[in-house]
Amino acid sequence: MINDKADVVIIGGGVNGCSLAYQLAKRGLKVVLCEKRLLCSGATGRCGAGIRQQWSTRENIMLAIQSVRIFEGLEKELGRSIGFRQGGYLIIIHDEKEMKQAECNVSLQRRLGLNVSIIPAERITDVFPIGDVKGMRSIGATFCPTDGHADPFKTTYAYAEAARRYNAKLYEHTEVTGFKVNRRRIEKVFTNKGSIRSSIVVNAAGPHSREVAAMLGVRLPITPLRKEILVTERMRRIFDAMVISFKDGVYFSQQSEGQILGGVPVPDEKPGYYTEPTFRFLVRMAKTLIRYAPVLHQVRVVRQWTGFYDMSPDARPILGEVPEVKGFLQCNGFSGHGFMLSPMVTRMLADYITEGETNDVLEDLSVKRFSEKGGGLVKEASVVG
Amino acid sequence: MSNKAFICRCEDLTREEIEAAIDQGCTTLTELKNQLRLGMGPCQGRGCLTLARRILCEKTGKKPSEVEYPSVRPPEVPVLLGVLATGDED
Repeated sequence: MINDKADVVIIGGGVNGCSLAYQLAKRGLKVVLCEKRLLCSGATGRCGAGIRQQWSTRENIMLAIQSVRIFEGLEKELGRSIGFRQGGYLIIIHDEKEMKQAECNVSLQRRLGLNVSIIPAERITDVFPIGDVKGMRSIGATFCPTDGHADPFKTTYAYAEAARRYNAKLYEHTEVTGFKVNRRRIEKVFTNKGSIRSSIVVNAAGPHSREVAAMLGVRLPITPLRKEILVTERMRRIFDAMVISFKDGVYFSQQSEGQILGGVPVPDEKPGYYTEPTFRFLVRMAKTLIRYAPVLHQVRVVRQWTGFYDMSPDARPILGEVPEVKGFLQCNGFSGHGFMLSPMVTRMLADYITEGETNDVLEDLSVKRFSEKGGGLVKEASVVG
Repeated sequence: MSNKAFICRCEDLTREEIEAAIDQGCTTLTELKNQLRLGMGPCQGRGCLTLARRILCEKTGKKPSEVEYPSVRPPEVPVLLGVLATGDED
């Protein structure tokens, strides 16, 4: 039997759901988390798990900087390894237009306190020794040494374990099937395992958040977009940084165990719940990797799989309460950056839920921005993969 | 000579480690994979999943036919990036 009463019900057992469960349970709330399949079985367990602070919009930069600070102390806080390491992010710049955007981004990032700089093309191999500057057609790069990576499974399990220590109930194979609303207020959540009385529900269901919201008649502008990724066999350590390019869409890094993991978008990918990996992706990624680092032609691909980005119209998260239903909060729309932003996002949502404390970042990322007239969206430009 | 029994040789997983994960609540091969990287090395589970399934059955009383294998991911065997790069994208 599942708990029939909670202060907060969280839908979705990915990194954001589990982190929020931990944050709220630690503050003394009775938390129930419902996960349709297994913890980490959705976008979190399929992601590249890079942690980047180099963004173009103020909210994302701030959320990412604060998240990195939390990541830095997280193993100690949760008492379990999360595989966190800071090898930096190297963002390849290909032309003058990208260089202008990079100058603009770096200046904003530095104003917000980030240690980041533009480096000339000839210094790229200092960070990425097997890189071929001509092959990647680079005129320079930006580099932030405190960007990094963590293991998405270990991180999510560490949050889940810590949440359970504070008596949060995390139920797997538990699917939310509906809600009871009274006077535009949430009262009850129905699942295949029973119902839970709760006045606050957080929708952290990743690309499925749109369907969850639809059960309440709330329209969320989220589109699931298939993303493909591959991993190679292991090698001795060659480089520490995540290498990415906005123009080519490629990202790859060498993992703790030594394998190279990365992805590149396949052109004309249509939105929807497609899960089949494609041969087209393998070929495109192989060509791109070898162009960036020719020695990789001798390395074998071990595995490929797919995941989803929960794309929002401006590629920024959708956070906080919706105007239509009291007590219904969003924690989705991360557009491929949910893992790296999760520490700060969930802390802010926990503050909002427990103290009613809001802030300008939370306000800016409310779903209301899509319906406001004349405001105009500020689109995040630094999306990769 | 160590008396450890290695079940997943790609990921260096011993019988003891797999048994401990089952004791902590894993009931499926997918959970063992997610927790321990079981079967995620170059052999893609060819060497270890049958052995791990047997341990899972011994410890949980399940029949082998009741234990599902984790998702099978391409490629069938490891393939050189250099070979893949000669392919056609369309």
